[in-house]
Amino acid sequence: MPTTPSEPVLYDVLVIGAGPAGLAAATTAAGLGAHVALLDAAARPGGQYWRHRAGDDGRLHHDWGKFRALRTSLDAAVADGRIAYLSDHPCWHLERVPNLAPAGSASTAATAATADAAVFIAHVVHAGADTEVRARTVVLATGAYDRQLPFPGWTLPGVITAGGAQALLKGQGVVAGKRIVVAGTGPFLFPVAVGLLHAGAEVAGVYEAGSPTAMLRHPVTAARNASKLIEGAGYMATLLRNRVPYRTRRTVIAAHGETEVTGVTTAALDAEWRAIPGTEEQVACDTVATGYGFTPQVELAADLGCAMAMDADGSLAVTADETGRSSVDGAFVAGEARGVGGSALAVVDGRIAGLHAAASVTGAQVPPARLATLARLRAPLRAFADLLPVAFPVKPGWRTWVHDDTTVCRCEEVPATALRDAVTEMGAEDARSAKLFARAGMGLCQGRVCGYAASGLVAQACGREVTADDLHSTIRRPIAWPVTLGALAAGNPDGPIGAPGSNPR
Amino acid sequence: MSDRLLSPSPGRVAFTFDGRPMEAQEGQSIAAALMAAGIRSWRTTRVEGKPRGLFCGIGICYDCLVTVNGEASRRACLTQVCEGDTVQHQEGAGHADDAL
Repeated sequence: MPTTPSEPVLYDVLVIGAGPAGLAAATTAAGLGAHVALLDAAARPGGQYWRHRAGDDGRLHHDWGKFRALRTSLDAAVADGRIAYLSDHPCWHLERVPNLAPAGSASTAATAATADAAVFIAHVVHAGADTEVRARTVVLATGAYDRQLPFPGWTLPGVITAGGAQALLKGQGVVAGKRIVVAGTGPFLFPVAVGLLHAGAEVAGVYEAGSPTAMLRHPVTAARNASKLIEGAGYMATLLRNRVPYRTRRTVIAAHGETEVTGVTTAALDAEWRAIPGTEEQVACDTVATGYGFTPQVELAADLGCAMAMDADGSLAVTADETGRSSVDGAFVAGEARGVGGSALAVVDGRIAGLHAAASVTGAQVPPARLATLARLRAPLRAFADLLPVAFPVKPGWRTWVHDDTTVCRCEEVPATALRDAVTEMGAEDARSAKLFARAGMGLCQGRVCGYAASGLVAQACGREVTADDLHSTIRRPIAWPVTLGALAAGNPDGPIGAPGSNPR
Repeated sequence: MSDRLLSPSPGRVAFTFDGRPMEAQEGQSIAAALMAAGIRSWRTTRVEGKPRGLFCGIGICYDCLVTVNGEASRRACLTQVCEGDTVQHQEGAGHADDAL
């Protein structure tokens, strides 16, 4: 149950996101004696990875035992007041205010020593009202979402993200369609396809644009992560047993239909992912589940001004050291926000960041043996994560499937030609100016969906590679969640408060 | 769609979509209830009037907007069905002019 602090509180550690990284960070920080606030946009903990329904038995989930253990730790910490778990509290803006007089500290240690340290203020919306949560340190555990590449017809109803298909199944108990094509790149396509199959859908085909056998060229790392390979082999066996075609170096290059998707064209891809003419095949389906890896969710880190860099996967991720510290004093990051690496790595990084964040405020010592254990667990997971972009890179040839009239920005209905014209006709030289000219990324989603692709198309038109600056211009969202003027007006002017009751809407 | 592995939750709630009586499992999102009933599109776009429905399913993309009890531009994937809700398809931006 969400807790409701009754008076303004300055927490030691504010954790944003209750997925694998956030649950680990919050419970670990609380275990070291910190008073923790755990903010999450969803009604239930678990994030995207452990998204579940009320009373879920975990049958559809991976590592459910790990989730239950984290959940048990969370419940215990909530029960004895060490964690204020604030579900249904999306954070729409995060700021760091220097030298704010503390409103009152929940911490029993080191309060005087840190009395004039900076304070983080999370602006959250709950039950239709704007409110604030304040803390001395923050752990950003904001996760990631599906990365998309546009193709003709991808706006048709029935074309959904792979993560969306998964969320619908695991979070809502609804199968996305009857005959489903799964396409994109990355190991995530496997559990999505097998989940849909087990739920009774016909999976018309799984199209992996890449060549996953690249993984086997790194035998040592692969062997140290044998359980992941065995898991992959299990999925593959299930697909084979059910006669689901699994094709690599091939993907969906167009979806067809008038008002809903009725079929797709797939094509074989060359090494650079250019569609090979003459290899097209038509597949009938009512649903397409697609995803090309994940995009770290970093806009709150951008609010704080945390340094970011383009990772090996071509996404912008928050730069952090081995303790999880970002470039901003007091701001830590864990999980996918510092580079997509999977849930097991997220949990370990969450624990490490939670320990250091708590220690930096309470003055407790980070137990060296504990850190050593975590470091030992982390090494193979990190190495495996580093292999993912090697095994499943997005190659630049995807831009050959995008025709001039293909919609790139779904919100503002901006076709590819408008982005290209912004460069060739209007002189835009980067994603930022192209965005202003063409309006791509200026709709309600604020570039979350098209930012990666729009940056790629602009860079191509400019005759160069995508830069971190291009990506950075697509992730600045000073208002990260819709908040109405009414909610701001209804906000509590007396400063930081907790949640007055719980409203699931 | 298939209900094979999906043990029904104890409660069902009733709502309407464009005047048509519908049912959802208690706690289900509007998008899930519509998809379960085979309804795939519930919005037309502002510029081209093209049909849209669920896309990201997790509140990122804002494609699945619906009007709920007169309030426009609610994300169907995040909005739980409540007993008696009146849900309407949305044309263009609806009237969500105060939503940032």
